[in-house]
Amino acid sequence: MAKVIRTKEDLDNYLKDFDYTEDDFTLVNDLEELQHDEIKETSSFLKDVWTRFKSNKGALIGGSIILLFIIVSFLAPALSSYTFDAVDTAQQSMAPRIPGLSWIPFFNGTGGVRQYVGNLENSFHYFGTDVLGRDLWVRCWEGCKISLFVAGTAVLVNVFIGILYGMISGYLGGKVDTVMQRFQEIVNSIPTLVILTLLLLIMKPGLYTIIVALILTEWIGMARITRAQVLKIKEQEFILASKTLGANKFFIIFKQVLPNIFGQIIIMAMFSIPNAIFYEAFLAMVGLGIPAPQASLGSLINDGFKTILITPYQVIIPVVILGILMLSFNLLADGLRDAFDPKMKEM
Amino acid sequence: MDKSTLKYIAKRVLISLATLFVIVFVLFMLMKLMPGTPFNDEKLTAAQKAAIYAKYGLDKPVIEQFFIYIQNMLHGDFGISYAIQRNMDVSVIVSSRMMISFFLGIGAVIIGTIIGILLGVVAALNRNTFWDTFATVLSVIGVSIPSFVFCLLLLILFGVKIPVLPVLYNSNEPFTSSIIPMIALSMGVIANVARFTRSEMIEVLQSEYILLAEAKGISRKHLILHHALRNCLIPVITVLGPIIVGLMTGSMVIEKICGIPGLGSLLVKAIEVRDYNVILAVSFLYSVLYIVIMLIIDILYGIIDPRIRLGKEEDA
Repeated sequence: MAKVIRTKEDLDNYLKDFDYTEDDFTLVNDLEELQHDEIKETSSFLKDVWTRFKSNKGALIGGSIILLFIIVSFLAPALSSYTFDAVDTAQQSMAPRIPGLSWIPFFNGTGGVRQYVGNLENSFHYFGTDVLGRDLWVRCWEGCKISLFVAGTAVLVNVFIGILYGMISGYLGGKVDTVMQRFQEIVNSIPTLVILTLLLLIMKPGLYTIIVALILTEWIGMARITRAQVLKIKEQEFILASKTLGANKFFIIFKQVLPNIFGQIIIMAMFSIPNAIFYEAFLAMVGLGIPAPQASLGSLINDGFKTILITPYQVIIPVVILGILMLSFNLLADGLRDAFDPKMKEM
Repeated sequence: MDKSTLKYIAKRVLISLATLFVIVFVLFMLMKLMPGTPFNDEKLTAAQKAAIYAKYGLDKPVIEQFFIYIQNMLHGDFGISYAIQRNMDVSVIVSSRMMISFFLGIGAVIIGTIIGILLGVVAALNRNTFWDTFATVLSVIGVSIPSFVFCLLLLILFGVKIPVLPVLYNSNEPFTSSIIPMIALSMGVIANVARFTRSEMIEVLQSEYILLAEAKGISRKHLILHHALRNCLIPVITVLGPIIVGLMTGSMVIEKICGIPGLGSLLVKAIEVRDYNVILAVSFLYSVLYIVIMLIIDILYGIIDPRIRLGKEEDA
């Protein structure tokens, strides 16, 4: 109950009710209080990261989906009775049909160009077939594998180049840094689009050309992050201590700076994988993709798009796979970032 | 504007110009390395081909060709098309298509920024409610799924299943045929802007000056519109740069999907038929756009928040 106290009398009246005796006070039980202090085991940085990562549902789901996709993309083509490049004109553009799922309108095998009749009565193309009669179930997972391979290789090489460039530029500083920074700035201001298209024309279109193109355009981000991290770390005391003890430059760069920026690099790499998958699909869409009969998700979308009005499933399925894959990588990367650096969470 | 700001701007402009020169040089050299020629007619004899090369100045040494090109370019002459529309001025071809692409791009940026800011602010004001979750899910989806996927899905939905909008671009109805590609392009913008606005807004709302304004008894509407929103919008400018650049790439595929006669589809076509001058002009235009956008954002941000510029110079 709040009382308004304005005058001296009010205060005296108010205090009249309060009369303390010794009995009003008891000693706090120290032992009981102490028990509230929890003693936790010390845990290593990586263990902390893992605990935080585990608590992030989105990242776990993303990670499992990626794992599942990788496994399926290896198993599906191996276990299927069809191959990714077998052309069969009797089975052109057949609609998807999955045993046991034919009650779903999308998967009941009707609506394609050729129908499941005659000696095809008992055959099942889970994702249908394309215009040349190739099984899309196999092609989609084959394409998924190639897209992942392209993205994975490109990002791995990028991490390597980026770390090397960023560390040298950041750690050595001075004139070396200035020259390297200007070079990076100039390369960075050429639109990715222009580099990609021109490069693919000089080289023959194919798997490795696309990887090279992705490397040429994506290493800059990695180098920039590495450099920024190195600049931050190299001013810290433990580096000074190491220098005082006479450690040489390379020892400091690789043994002391590198482990400290590894988390950031992993995060950056994870974020650039969906980017690489996107650019691969982009190249396929502008007609510079992997040449047939090989397939990537991008080239499947590009092929399927041509007949979108007649057989929309040919484009919907690879689009959905691509979308889920990119979403999963983003969720995983988000989760990893939060796990490595909880302070970044609100960003 | 003080002296150091001007110096900073001058430095940035100089670097940009140098970069542009390097880009033109590299593009020019790369194109000369490109296999194939624009004159792909089997009926042409070797002598006729040589005559054509001489006519267009393609027989001179590469370095000389480059300087002639630069000289003409500075006079606004980007050469003539060899293959797409033979002997037509490249600047005419490019400028007629530029407007279509710009209309699409600018439309997408405006729609995306407005919706993105609204979504981000609503999410930040109602943290951990349905709206917040909705905005977060939407922005994760928007960031991860490429714009051409949205475009395809929208086309199937509103062009095929419920045919209310045209599937292919129709130059007689530029407005209705731009709706689907514009929405598809703006998805990425919405996602990025919403994400960034939300985190900025949360940070601003926790700051002391907002607490002070609240303590002084300001109305909620005034607080959000005049104190919080203004301060959270400044950093949003910085993300617009990369977003616009991403749009350029995205629009190339979307132009192809929807059959839009824009810059992107021109570049693809020009590469296919080895039309040197058109490739150079379009790539150059893309580069100029890119560099100018980056420059404007850099300078704008340096003026609005001088701490950024100082930080950058310390780095360098």
